[in-house]
Amino acid sequence: MFLTLFLESSIPPSADMTKQAPPFGYGYPSMQPASPMTDSSPSHGRYNQTGYQHLSQPFPNMSQLSAALGGLSGVPELEVEALRPVNLLQERNLLPHRPLDAPEPNLNADLKKANCSPDTFRCTLTNIPQTQALLNKARLPLGLLLHPFRDLAQLPVITSSTIVRCRSCRTYINPFVSFLDQRRWKCNLCYRVNDVPDEFMYNPVTRSYGEPHKRPEVQNSTVEFIASSDYMLRPPQPAVYLFVLDVSHNAMDAGYLDVFCQTLLENLDKIPGDTRTRVGFITFNSTIHFYNLHESLSQPQMLVVSDIDDIFIPTHDSLLVNLKESRELVRVLLTSLPAMFSQTRETHSALGPALQAAYKLMTSTGGRVSVFQTQLPTLGAGLLQSREDPNQRSSTKGVQHLGPATDFYKKLALDCSGQQIAVDLFLLSSQYSDLASLACVSKYSAGSIFYYPSLHHVHNPAQLDKFQKDLERYLTRKIGFEAVMRIRCTKGLSIHTFHGNFFVRSTDLLSLANVNPDSGFAVQMSIEESMADTSLACFQAALLYTSSKGKRRIRVHTLCLPVVSQLSDVYAGADVQAITCLLANMAIDRSISSSLSDARDALVNAVVDSLSAYKNTVSNLQQSGLIAPAALCLFPLYVLALLKQKALRTGTSTKLDERVFAMCEFKSQPLQQIMRTVHPDLYRLDTMSDQGALHLNDCIVPQPHLLHLTAEKLTREGAFLMDCGSVFYLWIGKCCNDMFIRDVLGCPNHASIPPNMTQIPELETPLSERLRALLAWLQDSRTFSSTLHVVKDDASAKTSFFQHLVEDRSESAFSYYEFLLHIQQQMSK
Amino acid sequence: MAFTFAAFCYMLALLLTAALIFFAIWHIIAFDELKTDYKNPIDQCNTLNPLVLPEYLIHVFFCVMFLCAAEWLTLGLNMPLLAYHVWRYTSRPVMSGPGLYDPTTIMNADVLAYCQKEGWCKLAFYLLSFFYYLYGMIYVLVSS
Repeated sequence: MFLTLFLESSIPPSADMTKQAPPFGYGYPSMQPASPMTDSSPSHGRYNQTGYQHLSQPFPNMSQLSAALGGLSGVPELEVEALRPVNLLQERNLLPHRPLDAPEPNLNADLKKANCSPDTFRCTLTNIPQTQALLNKARLPLGLLLHPFRDLAQLPVITSSTIVRCRSCRTYINPFVSFLDQRRWKCNLCYRVNDVPDEFMYNPVTRSYGEPHKRPEVQNSTVEFIASSDYMLRPPQPAVYLFVLDVSHNAMDAGYLDVFCQTLLENLDKIPGDTRTRVGFITFNSTIHFYNLHESLSQPQMLVVSDIDDIFIPTHDSLLVNLKESRELVRVLLTSLPAMFSQTRETHSALGPALQAAYKLMTSTGGRVSVFQTQLPTLGAGLLQSREDPNQRSSTKGVQHLGPATDFYKKLALDCSGQQIAVDLFLLSSQYSDLASLACVSKYSAGSIFYYPSLHHVHNPAQLDKFQKDLERYLTRKIGFEAVMRIRCTKGLSIHTFHGNFFVRSTDLLSLANVNPDSGFAVQMSIEESMADTSLACFQAALLYTSSKGKRRIRVHTLCLPVVSQLSDVYAGADVQAITCLLANMAIDRSISSSLSDARDALVNAVVDSLSAYKNTVSNLQQSGLIAPAALCLFPLYVLALLKQKALRTGTSTKLDERVFAMCEFKSQPLQQIMRTVHPDLYRLDTMSDQGALHLNDCIVPQPHLLHLTAEKLTREGAFLMDCGSVFYLWIGKCCNDMFIRDVLGCPNHASIPPNMTQIPELETPLSERLRALLAWLQDSRTFSSTLHVVKDDASAKTSFFQHLVEDRSESAFSYYEFLLHIQQQMSK
Repeated sequence: MAFTFAAFCYMLALLLTAALIFFAIWHIIAFDELKTDYKNPIDQCNTLNPLVLPEYLIHVFFCVMFLCAAEWLTLGLNMPLLAYHVWRYTSRPVMSGPGLYDPTTIMNADVLAYCQKEGWCKLAFYLLSFFYYLYGMIYVLVSS
């Protein structure tokens, strides 16, 4: 029963199959947009009979199998490779040379070309099981990871006035529908036959008539439609930005206000918006201060409201002013704001009333509220107590207080979400600030959470620098307002749990007050009905939003994946990175609803169950050792790395706020960023060669090989770069070549490297150029700037750098080999 | 026919069970409305949450009455439901007002399915107890 799908080489191909030359044995209807006469409906059984014949004799060994498949196209070889059994206890070099790419779904070339990019839409199983029973047998989670508003280099925008949608399920037309003839199309999600409207018959791109399958909506799986007024509940809102700033003594001591005002002043012209853009400012300590910025005034007027138990808005207009008209006043305010509060003695922080004031101010338009907070809110509604017990930080038993203490912030977030206001939180505190409760205000209003622990302009300038760079990206990135997102799936699949920062308004409708290009979402699916009569499962995510220029747009992404009936195919198509991220989301939910140790046990059980299921059903090798399919060979390593993350670790001292922030990051970051945090990329720098290097814009970007995250791979003579997503560590061994240190860091020897080096000097040596090109190239692949730390091989490096070496034993956690033995032991129970 | 305190208890229980049946039906309809996207979860939770404590208090009131009337069998049959109510209320999500339902988690398919099942089970239980109290009242009235 091993790989029975590939035994069709003995069946003579039918005449129709040879004309399109799909790989043998693939009974997927070919989606040939260029030939509308092909009946490519999924229910047509013509291909299926050749696709799913099972011959009863299994191949006894791999060489016979490869010989039989020798004449076929590349795709079956990939699947054979994905199912190759790997003995994890013996094979030590599992990492690929370059960071792992998403697995390609097993579709024919046309469908693959038209399919959605894996950076936008990714599924944990690229071969969808036919029935829930088959999914349960595989013991792997089924879910999608989306990054729908990602910054795209190319986006086809459809300007036509008719948006063609299925009449029953309202799916947008996409590349995977089938055209029955020129005037009718069949929806790929609900199988209803719809009419093609007359306007759709004309293709504006090629100026031809009668070829609806050549239109851009049907050729591209990621498109953007311009929405008509049917898609608007109210006229599109202008971009409205409100900044709520903490100006207590603590905040002024940290010194963030200078950096904030400076950055905002520099980027005032780059804030997304048009002539209707409005801005406003509220500052608060123990009272709330509003700023009247009406253009007729000569300077900003501050209005103080000290009755924080019953907040009211002092004047009805000119607190949120048109940016173009009042630009001068805004500039004057930003220049004078830091000085206004520099001598303040107020230590209280009335965050709750400030947020209520912000809500009242924005309630008529909606928009974005950016809150900057530096301590625990101590006054007024929503005041919080310090719940953390510092002695419990390294407790192995369980972590308390991961959930909110009060539902004030959650209720406020729901109110804001109803008025299309998103609240973004910047927490810049050095003491415990109960992020578990404060984060609720962003989580349910589709905001983002940023945390800069111990930010201080004198004691921690690196953190301040990161704050400044992140703020620049935050202010200038694309933004969508009053958005909703709906994810539709083929009949038979349904979505049951959502992960991310939004409010679930109905069973498949997500309400996002703001949508930004840096947030990712995850959903879990289940198979309600058997999909035995289809061979393709499609998923469509449609995001309806108002752009910053006031235009209503719909961004549609469609993903198509094959449906399989064999358990081996399910394992062959497993996407280990997507599975890890979905399990991380599930573990975080479980740790908040039940307990952290439950979540950790569930993660280990996920590995044990899936590998046991593989061993018992698919693998017919009876050797000892821990056998995993090649597609899942990194699964135990990633799960071990997850168990050692700040969010989920026990036994190592972790501050509660940092833990809660790490959990929030898992739920809201896109997949690539999560994978870099979970399993950082480690490269050796001093032996970098130009082999396989990329040549971009006259720069040579070296592509060093990935190393396993263990101290075995570090040598004293080497220099290594670890890419952890938001931070780079450049580790220099004690006996590293002096020439390297001189050429790259500008220091004569190892001892002279300064302790807090965060910049690589721009030297003219080839080594320096190569390294800077590599760093710049890595930096380009992410949107927020990453900080760099040069770490010397001495005592101070132990905590920051070595805790990322997940394969090594730490004081309370297994090493990789011990973890594999533990799994093997659990499997044999 | 002796009009004892026990008979009075059963009569009152009969009337109040009708109210409880009404609450159970309201819950079932409310969750069905949520499932078919007819209503917003925030509004629906704001309607459902105020009904939770009255239902539980009515049931506690019955149990106390039966305790006073020394109707041990009836009390014993109501004990599991009382324990269940106590458990449900103590493990509710953090919220400032009374209630069990949080609009941010209620749309999770498993939570919704659980609440629907709970509604149907409670309806069945209250209907059965209605007829049991009817029988009990007649029994107590006749056998004196």
